[in-house]
Amino acid sequence: MEALLSALIGVLTAGGVYLMLRGRSFPVVLGLTLLSYAVNLFLFAMGRLAIGQPPVIGTGLPGYTDPLPQALVLTAIVISFAMTAFVIMLALKARAELGDDHVDAEHKP
Amino acid sequence: MSLFLAVLTPFLGAPLVAYLAARGRAQAAWAAGGVTLLAFLQLLPAFMVGVSGATTIERLHWIPSAGLDLAFRLDGLGLLFAGLILGIGLLVILYALYYLSERDSLGRLYAYLLLFMGSMLGVVLSENLIQLLIFWELTSLSSFLLIGYWRYREDARTGARMALAITGAGGLALLGGILLLGEIVGSYELSAVLAAGDLIRGHELYRPTLILILLGAFAKSAQFPFHFWLPHAMAAPTPVSAYLHSATMVKAGVFLLARLFPALSGTWEWTLLVGGIGLTTLLVGAVIALFKHDLKGLLAYSTISHLGLITALFGIGTPLAAVAGVFHIINHATFKAGLFMAAGIIDHECGTRDMRRINGLWKFMPYTATLAMVAAAAMAGVPLFNGFLSKEMFFAEAVDLADSMSFGWLLPAAVTFAGVFAVAYSLRFIHDVFFNGDPIDLPRTPHEPPRWMKVPVEILVALCLLVGILPALTVAPLLSLVAAAVLQAPPPEFDLALWHGFSPALWMSVIALAGGTLLYAGRKPLFAWHARNEGRLDAKRIYQRLLGALLAAAVGVTRVLDNASLQRMLVVFMLAALGLGLAGWLGSGSPLSGARASLPVDPVSGLAALAMVIATVATVALHRQRFLALVLIGSVGLLVSLTFVKFSAPDLALTQLSVEVVTVILLLLALYFLPHYSPVESSAARRLRDAGIAGLAGLGVAALAWAVLSRPFSSISGYYLTHSVPGGGGGNVVNVILVDFRGFDTLGEITVLALAGLAIYAMLSNLRLQGHPRDADGRAWDGDLHPAIMASLTRLLLPLALLVSVFILLRGHNLPGGGFIAGLVTAVALIMQYLANGVAWTHARLPANMHPAITAGLGIATLTGLASFYFDHPFLTSTFGHLHWPLVGDIHLASAMAFDLGVYLVVVGATLLILIHLGLMHNASHDAAATSSGEAR
Repeated sequence: MEALLSALIGVLTAGGVYLMLRGRSFPVVLGLTLLSYAVNLFLFAMGRLAIGQPPVIGTGLPGYTDPLPQALVLTAIVISFAMTAFVIMLALKARAELGDDHVDAEHKP
Repeated sequence: MSLFLAVLTPFLGAPLVAYLAARGRAQAAWAAGGVTLLAFLQLLPAFMVGVSGATTIERLHWIPSAGLDLAFRLDGLGLLFAGLILGIGLLVILYALYYLSERDSLGRLYAYLLLFMGSMLGVVLSENLIQLLIFWELTSLSSFLLIGYWRYREDARTGARMALAITGAGGLALLGGILLLGEIVGSYELSAVLAAGDLIRGHELYRPTLILILLGAFAKSAQFPFHFWLPHAMAAPTPVSAYLHSATMVKAGVFLLARLFPALSGTWEWTLLVGGIGLTTLLVGAVIALFKHDLKGLLAYSTISHLGLITALFGIGTPLAAVAGVFHIINHATFKAGLFMAAGIIDHECGTRDMRRINGLWKFMPYTATLAMVAAAAMAGVPLFNGFLSKEMFFAEAVDLADSMSFGWLLPAAVTFAGVFAVAYSLRFIHDVFFNGDPIDLPRTPHEPPRWMKVPVEILVALCLLVGILPALTVAPLLSLVAAAVLQAPPPEFDLALWHGFSPALWMSVIALAGGTLLYAGRKPLFAWHARNEGRLDAKRIYQRLLGALLAAAVGVTRVLDNASLQRMLVVFMLAALGLGLAGWLGSGSPLSGARASLPVDPVSGLAALAMVIATVATVALHRQRFLALVLIGSVGLLVSLTFVKFSAPDLALTQLSVEVVTVILLLLALYFLPHYSPVESSAARRLRDAGIAGLAGLGVAALAWAVLSRPFSSISGYYLTHSVPGGGGGNVVNVILVDFRGFDTLGEITVLALAGLAIYAMLSNLRLQGHPRDADGRAWDGDLHPAIMASLTRLLLPLALLVSVFILLRGHNLPGGGFIAGLVTAVALIMQYLANGVAWTHARLPANMHPAITAGLGIATLTGLASFYFDHPFLTSTFGHLHWPLVGDIHLASAMAFDLGVYLVVVGATLLILIHLGLMHNASHDAAATSSGEAR
């Protein structure tokens, strides 16, 4: 299972990086989204994988997985959303001001 | 506490004085003087102790866990410098009141002066070397403000920048030196360093340490070849020059030499470097000073020369030379401050400082002329004035040192040569300005300045005379006190007297006086020669060329790495990250896999993983069709959420799910304003290259993840699991960490979220966007924007959805849920209304302004944190200590829940703020598009 998750994180990263290297703003935003999935999963996995052991006390389960990476990733997910929103608005603004959605569009006076 | 408060006083006083300056110039001066006096009064107890030869050391615990203390020290040397800083500071404050014109802001000058005064006090009273360095840098910064005081003048700005660049670079070197010193001694405390002289000198790092520290001191004290910043700093108002370049700023360098004298001196390296550089500076400064036509320029180079003299004395390294060095610090401070002030009066009265035009001022201002002449005579080293005594000690030390050297006669010869020039330029200051015919074409007619403008000069000149005539009665006790502090040993026997018999030093003085007079008499051909050769060897030009080269290099590097192309920057970034990662892995030499056993793969997980890979690859492959790619990436997000479910993270799964919904809606809305297809932009080769980089990045991250996951680990989470219920009062450990153990982090995170929402709001205001009238395949949009069934169903679902979100919020402390998730669920429920019923309809029924929700959320969260102060607990910290509250359980649970409510409100507010405003724009554009397409039909 560990190898499988590592591979998934790798695939998500590769997809994210490829899209981030594209020239238009929308694919770059998609790439960022994929990359943040990868990063969140990676951070989460730092607490190692456990099945059926949610860190909720008093459920009568044999053990608990590491809650700390989960707490970190929970806020990271919300912040990633804020970042994605910010970048896409930036893309909209750039499109309106520069008339182009290329990431390197230049202002034409 | 008194030392600490004394250093703090000028810093606190600076804004006060700037504020009071609005009431009038006199008030500002009184306030600035009052602050200076207050600092002096606070030092008085320590002064009393210091006079008896004892050292006062004060310690304030700053970060005890890191072993950092604020430590202050006052001994003889600190006493002398603190006295100079405050005493001359007071005179400068009085002088500046009359010097500065009505147009210039006196409050600003005083505020800067006080900042500088505090920094200097910090330097000379620090016991901890790191702390000394901080104040050292503060003097550089505040002197930058002072030199650039007339900020509309270009030469002021250039001079200020140059001084900052040189002294700042010296400060960096000094930092290195101090760190090495601390490494050698094992302590940054001055007491320890001063007692460890033999250890330092014997250490293998002695040479780099010495060189770095000397670089810092030399840059500050304008020693050759760093001397050129000082003349350019003359663009400052004259009171500033009088303060910075007589008693304070430039003396910080020689102060450091004196301070570290017992720790560093006594080796041939010290003598060679300090003595050699000092001697060179002495000669260069003295020679150039004679040729400066600008009154302040002459004084600036003379200052450089005298600083070289002091440095050379410390370089000689004998106890008696150190005494002479200290003596000359005192003398130079008094006569040079007086001379600068006199030059300022002349400038003030004549409107120019060009000595080719200012002549014969004796007729206009005989009183000022007398004062200036006394100070200049002290500078020249004429008997009966204080400069003579220390200069003769210097001559005697040079002769003594010469006895032990081959070619030793060169040293007294060079020193005498510098003395000749010192006499010549002093003579020029007197003769050119006050005699030598009549003034030529002055902008205004000079006369005696206001009474109180002369008082500071009078005081300084009186000191020159007192010390010069009665040295044994006036300065001798102070000198032995300071010498004892510098040497950290009983001071040597010294005899301050005007007459020592016909010693070699006396003959050298006689030669200097006679030679200087002759040199001045024959100045005309020399000036002509200088005018022809001026600028051949200019350190400033080398500095500018270096600076230019540095800037060009910076521009070059920037151009290579950042050609204003995001794509290029990202490629560079990715390659750098890959290279560093690879180097780190290869360098470690550890195997890829660890010893931890893996979990078995079950078929469902395998299938889900396959689906995720397919969805990701499809997203990438079909990314040109943007709508399709968006749908696909949504499915990737859902599978990520399932992964969290599988690996025991219900909170993450819920969060990911709700965020996914919001993100996809947001991107859909945005896509309306963007092209629906991405054109093929890059060549096949480039795409191949990008795919290669992406593949390597993926491989690297996967390898890293595997390397971590296959290794066993120990976590700090045991604490949270143990204390969650008894300490935090909640069973859901993730939520308890968020709102309780690490509540401060969460507060920061919701603040970021709120800021992102506000930034987007600001970005969207005044933005006009044109949407597409048709969809990706060229069909017109459906006229039925809000289908009735969907509209009715979502309205019915709203209360249910809100109920669920409240339930999630309330149970969050004990079961999966909490403020973040509940907030997102509420946001999704409300956004559904917008989607199904239209913005206009929903807008009429829901509060559109989300700012109050964000404000309330942040306010509640912060207040919850502040409330713990009331119970005598640190801000938001509710660790195990909360168990000992008098009212356990119920109260605590409520406080954490209130914090979660704040989180909830911020999440709802920020999410809706973003989406509603994009939706509103959407609506406007869509209506326009629909109308226009309707007309077209």
